[in-house]
Amino acid sequence: MTSRWLPVWRRNLRVWRKLSAPALIGNFGEPLLYLLALGYGLGGFVGEVKGLPYVVFLASGIVCASAMNTATFEGLYSAYTRMAVQNTWGGMLAAPLAIEDIILGEIVWTATKSLISAAPILIVAALLGAVHDWQALWVLPVVFVTGLCFGAMALVVTALAKSYDFFIYYFTLVITPLFLVSGVFFPLEGVPRAVQIGAQLLPLSHAVEIVRPLMTGQPLHDVLSHLLVPLLYASAAFWLATVLLRRRLMS
Amino acid sequence: MGCVERPPRSLNNNMIMDVVVEACGLTKHYGAQTAVGGIDFSVYRGECFGLLGPNGAGKTTTLRMLMGATPPDAGELRVLGHAIPQQAREMRARLGVVPQQDNLDPDFTVVENLITYASYFGLRGPQLSRRIDDLLAFAALEAKAGAGIGTLSGGMKRRLTLARALINDPDLLILDEPTTGLDPQARQLIWQRLRALLGQDKTLILTTHYMEEAERLCDRLMIIDNGRVLVTGSPAELIRQHIEPHVVEIHGPGVDAWYDGIGHALVRRGERVGETVFCYTVDDRPLLDALSRRPELRFMHRHANLEDVFLKLTGKELRE
Repeated sequence: MTSRWLPVWRRNLRVWRKLSAPALIGNFGEPLLYLLALGYGLGGFVGEVKGLPYVVFLASGIVCASAMNTATFEGLYSAYTRMAVQNTWGGMLAAPLAIEDIILGEIVWTATKSLISAAPILIVAALLGAVHDWQALWVLPVVFVTGLCFGAMALVVTALAKSYDFFIYYFTLVITPLFLVSGVFFPLEGVPRAVQIGAQLLPLSHAVEIVRPLMTGQPLHDVLSHLLVPLLYASAAFWLATVLLRRRLMS
Repeated sequence: MGCVERPPRSLNNNMIMDVVVEACGLTKHYGAQTAVGGIDFSVYRGECFGLLGPNGAGKTTTLRMLMGATPPDAGELRVLGHAIPQQAREMRARLGVVPQQDNLDPDFTVVENLITYASYFGLRGPQLSRRIDDLLAFAALEAKAGAGIGTLSGGMKRRLTLARALINDPDLLILDEPTTGLDPQARQLIWQRLRALLGQDKTLILTTHYMEEAERLCDRLMIIDNGRVLVTGSPAELIRQHIEPHVVEIHGPGVDAWYDGIGHALVRRGERVGETVFCYTVDDRPLLDALSRRPELRFMHRHANLEDVFLKLTGKELRE
């Protein structure tokens, strides 16, 4: 693999820099509201979860959920716009770029967007006293891997989409359930065993399993295997997106 | 490749590049439909080669195969000395493309569009800045360097797309309907620029629906329909081979009856298209004399042109 994907990534960064102010407000705003409203509002009723104040428990979950959502949005709506509306990829394919270069550039970009959205939450959480110590900075590479995973998955959906409406299915059937049962809002110990197993097979809960101890200062377990799951999803989705997009754009 | 005649090979083997495109039995199916049904053609360095045909004839599919964007189902293809699609990436480093639909980056200014597109070729630095200045001058867009794409007219966008296609100083330029939708002034400017490129020994492959554009620009052209080649040749050759020198288009009350009674005997060939009768003749005098006696019939007398060839070969022939 060469660095030919880099101009694709850089192009997206260049666009983002032009539009970054409203984008940043969105990235900051929504998770911050969740953190304040649920962390303190709901937290007042919930009290402690697994020995942590609820806002502390929640902050790490929100970081992961934000990484997932940001990469997903970028890989669906923004990538679809570049593919089908602006025909940006068509232009790239007329230059010496291959479909793999474009997809890799896009996936790395979605992961970059995950970082851009998760880092502010980390800062806000730290200011709210919901972060234990500097080791929490290790969250960032985990966020990046989470972004690679969900960005790649989103590109598979984009490769199949006939219009923006198609993405509703993916949100309803995949992203929202993951959001709810991956340990973002509540620990998985309480849910039925089948749901727990399901969550184990899916990537988001593994990100949470690493990010939460990193942010709260609890001991880490099985870091490699928890990283491996989202990386496997990312690789498989990258391959599948390549096959599907080659069929779509180059047949 | 066996099916393509080579021009005289000169000096050494490097000069094989004189053949820019060699296509041999090029074929593409979509399901049961044949988009391109085994076409042979070659394009030589420094010429403007026109690819004409009605919508759905297979033009865009052919261009996509040339670019390496669509793999052929059968046939052999070499572009700029590279086997396509196997070596398409290497070939595309020497290729420029003006696509049918604008795909400029709407979020970028004119210059940012050029810088970004250059990055796909790995181009950057002071050399690129100079190149961009040259291209802005070439495209008459110096005053718009910092302007957003949304503020450009249709003609400016096309010129920017052309400038973008030249960013890598390509040897071959593929232009898919480069002037569609432009006003006459904007088209004139594009034509001037394309001629300037031909003067720089670049090779152009062009599709267009404007026959006068093809006649004006193309050294040679190929008319295709239903995925097959109908004819190949220079515009003048094709007109001479297929159409009588004089064309008179006649319309007005009673034109059908007049043509059936008198007109048809005065022409070599006639064709009805809607309300108009197209008369093709070698000697125009008898026909013009007859028409002068029928003032209610309005007519236009002109020389045969490429559009006549195109309509004869691809259009509905309604006559005898």
